[in-house]
Amino acid sequence: MRLHHRSTGLFDWANIIVMLIICFLTIYPIWYVLINSFNEGTDAMRGGIYWYPRVFSLENYMAVFANDGLMKAFGITVAKTVLGTSLHVFFTAMVAYAVSRKEVIGRKVYLLIGTITLFFSGGLIPQYLLIRDLGLLDTFWVYIFPAMFSFFDLIIFMTFFREIPYGLEEAAKIDGANDFSIFVRVIIPVSMPVVATIALFHGVYQWNDYFSGVIYINDPSLQPIQTYLYRIVALSGSNQIASAVPSVVTKTVTSQSIKLATMVVATLPIVFVYPFLQKYFVKGFMIGSLKE
Amino acid sequence: MDLKIRKQKQPHTETPAKSRGSDFIRRLKQQKLLQLMALSGMVWLLIFHYIPMYGIIISFKEFNIVRSIAQAPWVGLEHFRAFFEDDSLPYVIKNTLGMSLLKLIIGFPLPILFALFLNELRSIRFKKAVQTISYLPHFLSWVILGGILTTWLADVGIINKLLLAIGAINEPISYLAEPGYFWAIVISSDIWKELGWSAIIYLAAITSVSPELYEAATIDGAGRFQKMFYITLPMIKGTITILFILAVSGILNSNFDQIFVLKNQLNEISSNVIDTYVYQVGISQSRYSYATAVGLVKSVIAFMLLLGANSITKRMNNTSLF
Repeated sequence: MRLHHRSTGLFDWANIIVMLIICFLTIYPIWYVLINSFNEGTDAMRGGIYWYPRVFSLENYMAVFANDGLMKAFGITVAKTVLGTSLHVFFTAMVAYAVSRKEVIGRKVYLLIGTITLFFSGGLIPQYLLIRDLGLLDTFWVYIFPAMFSFFDLIIFMTFFREIPYGLEEAAKIDGANDFSIFVRVIIPVSMPVVATIALFHGVYQWNDYFSGVIYINDPSLQPIQTYLYRIVALSGSNQIASAVPSVVTKTVTSQSIKLATMVVATLPIVFVYPFLQKYFVKGFMIGSLKE
Repeated sequence: MDLKIRKQKQPHTETPAKSRGSDFIRRLKQQKLLQLMALSGMVWLLIFHYIPMYGIIISFKEFNIVRSIAQAPWVGLEHFRAFFEDDSLPYVIKNTLGMSLLKLIIGFPLPILFALFLNELRSIRFKKAVQTISYLPHFLSWVILGGILTTWLADVGIINKLLLAIGAINEPISYLAEPGYFWAIVISSDIWKELGWSAIIYLAAITSVSPELYEAATIDGAGRFQKMFYITLPMIKGTITILFILAVSGILNSNFDQIFVLKNQLNEISSNVIDTYVYQVGISQSRYSYATAVGLVKSVIAFMLLLGANSITKRMNNTSLF
């Protein structure tokens, strides 16, 4: 066919160049933060660091890791991401499995109750008042319980579960398994692609969420790293950062260089797992959204 | 969204009426574990969604901390009137609609174009690489992006250095302190973050277009652009329509996480949107009833926009969300 033998034309070259520019514009701001975080803070104040560190230094990172408040915040983030994501995936999948079984009495009502929540919500203030009345303000659980379930994710799970051949469940039933253990031992293991997708989406939400820490938490020892960074970034509180820097390393470290190193630490885990999970989220995204 | 349920057979309808009740109880007993699993989700929905929905009634009451919602006295539409007479109303509405409309006009077509041109790349490996890179910013939090922006847009930041070097400006500008730049910063950073991610769904739609259509068009002598605009684009029209309805109905939903990070007292006049205003009066000033009323006005208009956009596209090209 002619199409296959056609040489790379002007259009192709222009297209490739535009795509390369887009890639550069996407990567460069991230790269800029990275190289400046590895540069001596006082030297970086002179500016002009565009491609690689001028005076390589690990002191910014040493200052970050030596800061108890920051490390505590990092720990809170890890804890809320791991616990919050596991509970969200397990609980949402469990409810999804129950309402995906066609013999369940009242499933249409259950689905209607859920669908309504996709279109209507109480809004910020009633939500805040509820959290307050439940006694969740200033507790770690405020990150977990309100995010434990999502009807939107339930739909994605349910779509996937419907494709599972009934024979698998039947075989387990003959062996005497009850519905809950069928869900845990049969359904979950064959649903890993969708479990991974929802886990990724919710994990990213938990990791990146800073607003819960702003609105529901006053106790600084309970704030996650994103909230910690938010206060640095939005309040441009240079005093706050200066006081956060331990005295041993202040010679070359500046509030700006600390900020950049903290940003890298707060992002690295996401960038690290991203390539491994990419194949899952593209697939899972299709399950969820191409059903219209 | 597909909420349609597989057709279910109901054999019990044929059984005599007398045994129907006991049959129902027997079935319920058989599936009691499944019922518990489903009901636990319903209890969660009741607490975390339906109680806040009930909480909306405080917008018609004078609610404060010392009294419960039921005890608070009714005040009718008092808070709604107060909102429409508020001095902040004009600029809050202007910022909300202005930024959303610009996002819709500029930010909506770009991912479609990106997907179309990405699809034209010959090398599969290069295409994959571009995709991988373009999705990445979606996974960064707005706090991180806020940190990048405050660094880049500072007086001594890279943007000022660049513009000074080429002589476009004579002295550094504090972009985030000047209200005039806020909208542009919001729109462009949003595009930077979401361009690749938003294109995923269009790319998937393009992949499902039958290759035979392109082959037939090639035989008829169609060029590249002709194929793009007369085959690809019409074939993904349904996807575009659905996403357009969602975008229109979300026009009052500003990106709270983004604006909350970038907004400060100096740019307030062009950065305060309905969502941040609700936070400001509701949480910071504890005017719960008033803030809930503002939120309710927003939700009602947003829902009408959804219905409106849905019925218009339904009439225009027979595609609709529901």
